Amino acid sequence: MKLHNTTDRIEKEIVLRAPRSRVWRALASADEFGAWFGMKLDGAFAPGGRVRGQMTLHDRGPVTVEIVIERMDAETRMSYRWHPYAFEPGVDYSSEPTTLVEFHLEEIADGTRLTVVESGFDRIPAARRAEALRMNDAGWAGQLENIARHVAS
Amino acid sequence: MSLHSAGWRDVSRAAPVFAALGDQTRLALVARMSSDGPLSITQLTAGSAVTRQAITKHLGILASAGLVSDRRQGRERIWELELEQMEAARRYLDHVSKRWDAALDRLKQFVEE
Repeated sequence: MKLHNTTDRIEKEIVLRAPRSRVWRALASADEFGAWFGMKLDGAFAPGGRVRGQMTLHDRGPVTVEIVIERMDAETRMSYRWHPYAFEPGVDYSSEPTTLVEFHLEEIADGTRLTVVESGFDRIPAARRAEALRMNDAGWAGQLENIARHVAS
Repeated sequence: MSLHSAGWRDVSRAAPVFAALGDQTRLALVARMSSDGPLSITQLTAGSAVTRQAITKHLGILASAGLVSDRRQGRERIWELELEQMEAARRYLDHVSKRWDAALDRLKQFVEE
């Protein structure tokens, strides 16, 4: 896995040993996306559509993450906006800037090259960033518990 | 590695750093000081298409984000990087980055099984 960071964006690239159509389904189907990402989504993904995801965070119980889908170009590209780490229960983040997450799929000899770019961090207010990381610390513990449970089952 | 290794204080300090670095001239100044060490404004302006006055302004913005500091040496001001601030910004991005690493690992298992 390669990693490119600048001040405003994070870029990831990973080779998945699965056909592009399989990878696309794992991204484009809200059920499948939720399964690997670790959240329960309340609707299907469609361009311009708004979907709410429920995640369970360590020590905090369920929180809601709102995802607004921008583009869905079959088997090629999908993008959405969300509030990164906006995981504080009961806080209205709707007026705050979002980050843009873009997935790019490319067919290669041994599978699919997937690139993920999350951009827009420069626009997130300083206070929110501080809180975000505090929340994310809690989120990480929860994610690790989820993985441990998954592996043990 | 501890889950709490990148504390939230790092993030609150990192925010103005990101804004200050969102400019090509300032990034170039940081890169220059990173490779050459402390430099005077004369040295920083030499070979640049940007005026001394503009360089001074950009250094002021970097200084207010805590990225650089200056000290007087004879008749010149010497500017140098404040590495601690740079490190805080880097730690924040690393932290966000790791979340994606974990998510993509799960995706890999999911589509390859």
